[in-house]
Amino acid sequence: MALADTPVDTPLLDLLGGFIVELRAAGLPVSLTENLDAMEAVTHIPIEDREAFKYALGATLVKNYAHWKAFEIVFEVYFTMRGPEYELVGEGEGSDGDPEGEQSSLPGEGQAQGGGGGGQSLTPEQLAEMLFKALMNGDGAMMSALARQAVKRFAGMEPGRPVGGTYYLYRTLRNLELDSMLDRLMESAQDQAPQPLTKFEERLERDEFADRIEKLKAEVEAEIRRRLVADRGVEAMARTLRKPLPEDVDFMHASREEMADLRKAIYPLTRKLAVRLARKRRHGRKGALDFRNTIRHSLSYGGVPAEPKFRFPRPAKPEMMVIADISGSVASFARFTLHLVYAISNQFSKVRSFVFIDGLDEVTKFFEGTEDIGQAVHRVNTEADVVWVDGHSDYGHAFDVFWERFGKDVGPKTTVLILGDARNNYHASQSWIIKEMRHKARKVFWLNPEPRAYWDTGDSIVGEYATHADGCYEVRNLRQLESFVEKLI
Amino acid sequence: MDNRFEDVAGVRGALAEANYLADDGIAGIVYLADRLGKPILVEGPAGTGKTQLAKSVAEMIGARLIRLQCYEGLDESKALYEWNYKKQLLRIQTEGGSSNWDEIEDDLFSEEFLLTRPLLEAIRAEDPVVLLIDEVDRVEVETEALLLEILSEYQVSIPELGTVQARQIPLVFLTSNATRELSEALKRRCLFLYIDYPDLEREREIVLNKVPGIDENLADQVARIVRSIRQLDLKKSPSVSETIDWARTLVLLGIDKVDAQTATETANILLKYRTDIDKAVKEFSEAPDGLDETES
Repeated sequence: MALADTPVDTPLLDLLGGFIVELRAAGLPVSLTENLDAMEAVTHIPIEDREAFKYALGATLVKNYAHWKAFEIVFEVYFTMRGPEYELVGEGEGSDGDPEGEQSSLPGEGQAQGGGGGGQSLTPEQLAEMLFKALMNGDGAMMSALARQAVKRFAGMEPGRPVGGTYYLYRTLRNLELDSMLDRLMESAQDQAPQPLTKFEERLERDEFADRIEKLKAEVEAEIRRRLVADRGVEAMARTLRKPLPEDVDFMHASREEMADLRKAIYPLTRKLAVRLARKRRHGRKGALDFRNTIRHSLSYGGVPAEPKFRFPRPAKPEMMVIADISGSVASFARFTLHLVYAISNQFSKVRSFVFIDGLDEVTKFFEGTEDIGQAVHRVNTEADVVWVDGHSDYGHAFDVFWERFGKDVGPKTTVLILGDARNNYHASQSWIIKEMRHKARKVFWLNPEPRAYWDTGDSIVGEYATHADGCYEVRNLRQLESFVEKLI
Repeated sequence: MDNRFEDVAGVRGALAEANYLADDGIAGIVYLADRLGKPILVEGPAGTGKTQLAKSVAEMIGARLIRLQCYEGLDESKALYEWNYKKQLLRIQTEGGSSNWDEIEDDLFSEEFLLTRPLLEAIRAEDPVVLLIDEVDRVEVETEALLLEILSEYQVSIPELGTVQARQIPLVFLTSNATRELSEALKRRCLFLYIDYPDLEREREIVLNKVPGIDENLADQVARIVRSIRQLDLKKSPSVSETIDWARTLVLLGIDKVDAQTATETANILLKYRTDIDKAVKEFSEAPDGLDETES
């Protein structure tokens, strides 16, 4: 291996080894060859260039952009800035510890602070004022220096204290009052402008400031992380920061931030699925021999039919009916599945959708004639008439209504998809309807967003319904949803 | 192996001369690809300059660009090589069965009857070449296997002729729009580069660079408006090439300051879906909440 004769420091190798173990623990598939590539790559990079180092590792180890965020977090933890100025020490020593670092990064402000005291002598008001100016002028160096200062003053970090980084982040940001900062910035931008800003300009300014504040937040976060790593050590820190990859995030327990990520992930996913499914439909089966075409091509081989040509197969498209529980606990799951089904609706000859809690309503019309699926899904959640008595899930009654009103539309071409956790609040199950449905329909599938271990516990009666369905699947994250949809066609 | 580049900064500078504004990530990975002798898999949204990167690199090192456009149904006869059946038939017919068969057979599978396709051509090239395999996600998973030998060993095996080794290791770029997951085997052999939409500064530089006669104020405004539009939840965010088209239009129309009205009127250059345009127009003609009360 080329590696043997290139000198790599052993400590660096150890560090890289640990780094890769952590990447794998975070769920990134890193193969042995990629590992070796990374080790060779870093020998070509000037080691003091942190950015280049990061890109070298990224290019060799991360082969999927969705994993980049996870990689970045692990990288920040493993190759964090280490040095005396980041150590957690008591407040008194702190001011001796870092004036050099602090003042060199606050050019021109040193005199104003009156020398020796360094950043420590700033009152919170002064700090806020400097921050305001830095944000106003978009002064990057100043912003990161102030972020560091703010963390030191406001986060109240103590060595060994077992709280997470988010707690410190919250404390720091609350003290900086960033929410009102945006409005202040806007006001002052208004004052400075020669003529009043139009709404359009105002909007652009606002985006600009919001962007700067985001950067500041990221700086604060990075600073807190650096200090935590210095305090707790790399491995422990990496463990606490480990987050599931977007495709593994559980629908039912996603945080608001993860939800936003999921929403972003769903569009490319649907596009991917649509392309793949269209391809599969065309290539899955071979068409009949195209006799005319074969003969035509045989002419160029002197009449020998050397190259048989086939017709493109055109299999019939199935019809789809989606029946989704949209009560609180499973609402986000229903939302994602509806989104996905409609995004690939050109794979079906017809899609109809129904939502229920204890009453049932058809929502197909919301999706008709609109290109914006997200908007339609939003309307489903706000406008559909799904409450019958008390707004607690009642699968039995919902199926009753469905069968009575729409049962005649279920035919041999129809695939029925039922989404829900089957937590029926001890109402009657009416599972005979599923049985009837299966007789009439092509297929009936049940998708349950709960972990399999919880099925049939408490008021969940998914087992009873599942006996009558063609299949019952656990679909807790995007990965499982994707693989189910692919199986469906 | 000779290295083509001195260091990362050198790559970046040379790319800038070829009119491609790279950030450190892009330049760094191009540099590494040369040092490690590995292909680069470039992924990212449409219109962020993935194909252009390969073209610019070719221009930068003065190499010939050999391009393989991938599509569904691409096979080895289009990508690697093909025997020229018609010529072979002619060859057999001219002999008329007179001379011995072994001789003809040897003759039939010689280089004379070989039609080289882009991949083989890149391997056999004497002069410096850059191989661009465009939109590799369009071929079927099985077809990807065709590329594997080339990408890791830089060689092509032809059963009748033997193995053709590369005379020099070409720089190889594969681009993908991520319409499907590429196989592990392919990814493992490549360096991965994700080109996202550029940040504000870089986009402004690109506009300044690519649009003749634009002044800095306008370029700055264009970049800022495009950034704001990309933050909306759209079907298709404006790409860099669309930004450039838009800036060109503004220059042609003689506009030196974009206000809400011009932005609305020319939004169809940036956005290609009716719903997206409506959304953007609505977003930018409405007042941001909260501010009006504080002022009146």
